[in-house]
Amino acid sequence: MSIVGALIEITNGKIKKSNLGVLTAASDRGNNEVYALVFEDADSRFNTLEQYGATRIVRISSSKADLMKSPDLIARAIIKTMEEYGIMSLIGLSSPIGKDLLSRIASRMNKPLIQDCISVDLTKKTVIKSHFSGKTTAEVKIESDYFISGIRPNAIEPAKSPGKAEIISFDALVDGPVGVRIKEIKQSDSNRLDLTEANIIISGGRPVGSEKNFSILNECASKLGAAVGASRSAVDAGFALHGMQVGQTGKTVSPKLYIACGISGAVQHYAGMKTSKIIVAINTDKDAPILGKCDYGIIGDLFEIVPAITEALK
Amino acid sequence: MKIFVCVKHVPDTAANIKIIDGSNFDDNVKFVVNPYDEYAIEQAVQIKKEKGVEVIIVTLGTDQALATIRSALAMGADRGIHIKTDMLITDAMTTGLALKNIIQKEGGADLVITGKQSVDTEGMQIQYRLALGLGMPVVTDAVSMMLDNGLATVECERGNGEIAVMELDMPCLIGATKGLNEPRYPKLPDILKAKRKPVKEIALTELVPQLPVDKTVIMSFSLIPEKGQANIIEGTPVEAASRFVELLEEEALI
Ligand SMILES: Cc1cc2nc3c(=O)[nH]c(=O)nc-3n(C[C@H](O)[C@H](O)[C@H](O)COP(=O)(O)OP(=O)(O)OC[C@H]3O[C@@H](n4cnc5c(N)ncnc54)[C@H](O)[C@@H]3O)c2cc1C
Ligand SMILES: Nc1ncnc2c1ncn2[C@@H]1O[C@H](COP(=O)(O)O)[C@@H](O)[C@H]1O
Repeated sequence: MSIVGALIEITNGKIKKSNLGVLTAASDRGNNEVYALVFEDADSRFNTLEQYGATRIVRISSSKADLMKSPDLIARAIIKTMEEYGIMSLIGLSSPIGKDLLSRIASRMNKPLIQDCISVDLTKKTVIKSHFSGKTTAEVKIESDYFISGIRPNAIEPAKSPGKAEIISFDALVDGPVGVRIKEIKQSDSNRLDLTEANIIISGGRPVGSEKNFSILNECASKLGAAVGASRSAVDAGFALHGMQVGQTGKTVSPKLYIACGISGAVQHYAGMKTSKIIVAINTDKDAPILGKCDYGIIGDLFEIVPAITEALK
Repeated sequence: MKIFVCVKHVPDTAANIKIIDGSNFDDNVKFVVNPYDEYAIEQAVQIKKEKGVEVIIVTLGTDQALATIRSALAMGADRGIHIKTDMLITDAMTTGLALKNIIQKEGGADLVITGKQSVDTEGMQIQYRLALGLGMPVVTDAVSMMLDNGLATVECERGNGEIAVMELDMPCLIGATKGLNEPRYPKLPDILKAKRKPVKEIALTELVPQLPVDKTVIMSFSLIPEKGQANIIEGTPVEAASRFVELLEEEALI
């Protein structure tokens, strides 16, 4: 039994669902003592952490600085916490915030780090991660006394492992000055579901034709509880925001269900979504490349099929 | 002002990767400038136009990586530094150290720009290791940046449609992503001119005589099997749609 730190992200008082998979990985079927590291107040949610295997919950703050002012302060506070409790294994999420913190922590400690893992083996100190834009996986061994890794959101299914966790508060006593500061967080579209977090994604390609036409996908998405993505052609044409792009130069996603509407299935797009559990393509061309590498296909016009699906969901 | 841009030579994402002996790959494929690094180069070249600065490309890679340095020079950078190695893949700890050592050897940087990640190893961390080594603040996933009065104001994409506006003391390091700019396509005269721009060579073994003890080791690669031919859901749009929804219910997806 060893001690494993699980980096927990809390946004607006909520723990991300994909973060629970981090606890599952850290606990390794109850083989480890799991220290859930939280750096924002979220008392009401602590029982969720217990449900998924946390044995201790460390609330990290600093009486000398507001940690939320800089990711460097948070990273330093986490390193202090690791030192305090003898944590030599740390697992977090390779989400935008998680991957940033993990990289800051590992660089500062001058220890190896592997991001975006699909699975981790804490005993063997190995991980599986994607390589070559999702064309291969690599089994990678971490040769170090430390084991620091980030997990691809949704790659590890959270498993319940209820127990009782002791809650400790830790004053990391870190302070400034810091060379990098958060000035403002801008929410360009707060109702939008995070692509990398979503269980279901419905994406549109070039044939969607306009920003306005994307509403067809938005409506279907709200019925499905899905996030909306786009191909690069759709983004470059100005139909969709940069942040919605799936693929090699966009987001890498692995939802349970990916619905590609009017997307040809170019390698660069496929690279970003091929690890989705089920891929469905809606395409007018029965010979479109994507139909040669997905689970289900509907041959037809997205402008007819997508509204029909929305209707069928009512 | 001296801007260093770190650029990696990587297999084209459209290339067919063949695994050799479990943990190597056949490098007989097309290699290109790491796509994210193109945004870094473009940004540096745009800053150069405004303020008259020197833009230096640094690449750690095999002999073939010179092609990537030339491509970057064709986009408008002034000179290149090629850190040479025989290894097709170098560990992140080593790469970070090599890039740090060369920048220090060259007298330091006022600004370093990298891509947000390499598309071959998908490491997502060199920018942080390098910044730490140089004692610079760092952010990544930059979609806009403004330099003014010793401060960099950078908008970073954070998913969820969220943008974090970050302020950094300069010198600093910024990791670029799509959205920062539109990388230019060099024209023939630029490509020809790039051939005459100076590229310094230095061996990795000279720059980092002692490789870090802590490291990661690739044990094996496996191809991710692509899904096969789709099962076609037949019928009129309405029929197909309702069959599809039934299927989602069966798979407990809704
Ligand atoms: C370095 C590099 C990086 C790249 N990165 C990315 C990336 O991150 N993400 C990405 O997506 N692409 C990326 N690309 C671009 C990629 O190669 C393709 O050009 C792009 O994915 C094509 O977009 P599309 O499928 O929407 O459009 P198209 O290729 O035009 O395909 C449209 C598809 O829709 C079908 N169709 C047409 N009308 C309808 C209709 N009414 N209803 C249903 N189906 C219809 C067609 O049969 C066709 O299959 C990259 C390219 C390069 C070179
Ligand atoms: N071998 C290399 N030579 C030069 N720059 C590199 C090299 N490897 C990584 N980089 C830079 O670091 C960024 C992040 O890389 P990575 O951590 O490998 O995902 C890349 O986008 C490049 O800008």
